[in-house]
Amino acid sequence: MKKLGMPIGVALILIWCLLPVVWVISLSFKAPDSITVGNPGFWPADGTWAGWENYRQVWDNDQFKRAILNSLGISLIATGLSVMVATLAAYAIARLEFKGKRMVLSMALAIAMFPVVSLVGPLFDMWRAFGIYDTWIGLIIPYMSFTLPLAIWTLSAFFREIPWEMEQAAQVDGATSWQAFRKVIVPLAAPGVFTAAILTFFFAWNDFVFGISLTSTEAARPIPASLAFFTGPDPFTRPASLLAAAAVIATIPIIVIVLIFQRKIVAGLTSGAVKG
Amino acid sequence: MAAITIQNLVKKYGDGFPAVNDVSIDIADGEFMILVGPSGCGKSTLLRMIVGLEDITSGDLKIGDRRVNDLAPRDRNLAMVFQNYALYPHLTVYENIAFPLRLAKMSDSEVDKLVKDAAGTLELEEHLQRKPGNLSGGQRQRVAMGRAIVRQADAFLFDEPLSNLDAKLRGQMRTEIARLQKRLGITTVYVTHDQTEAMTLGDRVAVLKRGVLQQLATPRELYDNPGNLFVAGFIGSPPMNFLPVEVSGTSAKLPFGSVELPADKAAKVEGRGLLIAGIRPENFEDASLVDEAESGSTFQAHVEVVEWLGNETYAYIPFEAPPEVEQQLRQLEKDLDGESLRTQLVITLDGASRIKEGETAEIAIDARKMHIFDPATGENLTVDREHAGRIGEEQVAAPA
Repeated sequence: MKKLGMPIGVALILIWCLLPVVWVISLSFKAPDSITVGNPGFWPADGTWAGWENYRQVWDNDQFKRAILNSLGISLIATGLSVMVATLAAYAIARLEFKGKRMVLSMALAIAMFPVVSLVGPLFDMWRAFGIYDTWIGLIIPYMSFTLPLAIWTLSAFFREIPWEMEQAAQVDGATSWQAFRKVIVPLAAPGVFTAAILTFFFAWNDFVFGISLTSTEAARPIPASLAFFTGPDPFTRPASLLAAAAVIATIPIIVIVLIFQRKIVAGLTSGAVKG
Repeated sequence: MAAITIQNLVKKYGDGFPAVNDVSIDIADGEFMILVGPSGCGKSTLLRMIVGLEDITSGDLKIGDRRVNDLAPRDRNLAMVFQNYALYPHLTVYENIAFPLRLAKMSDSEVDKLVKDAAGTLELEEHLQRKPGNLSGGQRQRVAMGRAIVRQADAFLFDEPLSNLDAKLRGQMRTEIARLQKRLGITTVYVTHDQTEAMTLGDRVAVLKRGVLQQLATPRELYDNPGNLFVAGFIGSPPMNFLPVEVSGTSAKLPFGSVELPADKAAKVEGRGLLIAGIRPENFEDASLVDEAESGSTFQAHVEVVEWLGNETYAYIPFEAPPEVEQQLRQLEKDLDGESLRTQLVITLDGASRIKEGETAEIAIDARKMHIFDPATGENLTVDREHAGRIGEEQVAAPA
């Protein structure tokens, strides 16, 4: 009984978490008609198996391709900038003594706790005044400001773990402060950098609220928002199976990026070891 | 290579506490200088001021003829080995050693030649492609030294480099460092709290206490002619014995009986009341093993504990000290990081001695080697100034 407990628990949790995902995948293989005629089963009923047809249709759709491009571009740029700024800020917080350090940290935390929705209205007005409404930059800025606090907190924790001596040794060896930072501290904090990058990318990729309210055309609309506007050939019927296929495709980049970064995180953690 | 001149160096922290207080040391080109003292004596701070990791509050620091007070560490051209080695865990041993050369923008072929040379000297060739995390403590230690010797630095600085190694390895690495330094002939400053390292490695040793230089002398001078109670108690293992003494004429009255002092020593301390006598454990001997002619004075004492080590025997003899002296001895013990519960003699006897625990034995004293200290100032009244190097000015200048 004791031996069985663990696998049963794991199975229950997996079913609980993964059932919706599996259902979406199942849906994406059903023909569009099968939903309207009523086909509530998990497996496609006879004659409603669509094969890869839904995926082909989604992929051929220009609106969808444009949305994917927007999402990738915006998320990657936001992640890159956010991690860069956060690395520098976290280093300063972990290593330097300066006035208002405490305030920077608590402000960062306050921003992270601020409800996203409450900012949408003001941002909408401001962005239109600045002329960056419905542009990439208009989305990158809010994504950065909401992911920076978490990235700074994560990274400064990592920097604090790195012994001071590493940096002092580099300076005695002839490095400038910047060289010591770039050649010794950043590589050692790599797991932290990748953790921050994953978190930031998640936030930017999955965001719906900003995506739908700060864009009006395909110029900058990211994938989660775009899915909401997705219409099939018949504007009065929601093409549920096409949407399911699009959702599955939209999830793929996240999985790929997590797999790549996860390796880095594990590799970084095991290469530590400073003294005997 | 260069001489290092330390002039009246002071380090004060934010709260005004002087961690290093007016220390002056001249380190000659190629000299092996040891900074030694109990924890918190400022020796590491002094080293870090030399290398540039701590700011200098006042005083002058010169490397060669250059005043380097305000130079960044990278501009001082010194190489340092840290206590925890501070190897770069993300780089291979090769790249760790090459790190300073890469920063100096040397060509790959030059780097390769120098790294191979250094690795050869330290027998690290077979580990060059490994990461520090996979090396043993001794190997890491050698990599840290490799990173120091690969450059043409003006001086080596060591900050307790052996304290993370086990006893056997420590002995081997100690000899290795001594050999390396002699071969390269490079100025070296070495910080340690271990007096064996201090005595065996150094050309000269600077003993520090609470940021103040106590004595700067060769190991032999320190041992034979300690300038004050602190140095006398710090150098030597087992430590020097301190006993209350009163001198009248040439006769010194110890708790166990009177011994005859040499006339010149007696003259320096005659009639000064209660003083502290310092006698090294090896200046005692089992009276039955000593020739009559050499024996000098003997006394009877109750031996409480005997530790037989084969070649020699340690015997412990408790005694009562008068309160004035006892207080001074307790303070000394505190300064030395020690914690002795009772006043007792530790004496080293020949391994052939048959004295047993609980016996009353006859012990001989060699009074010629006895030092006599002023209990108020700690000053050594019988010191041979010709052979004592430089003794911390403060201590000597302040009579009771």
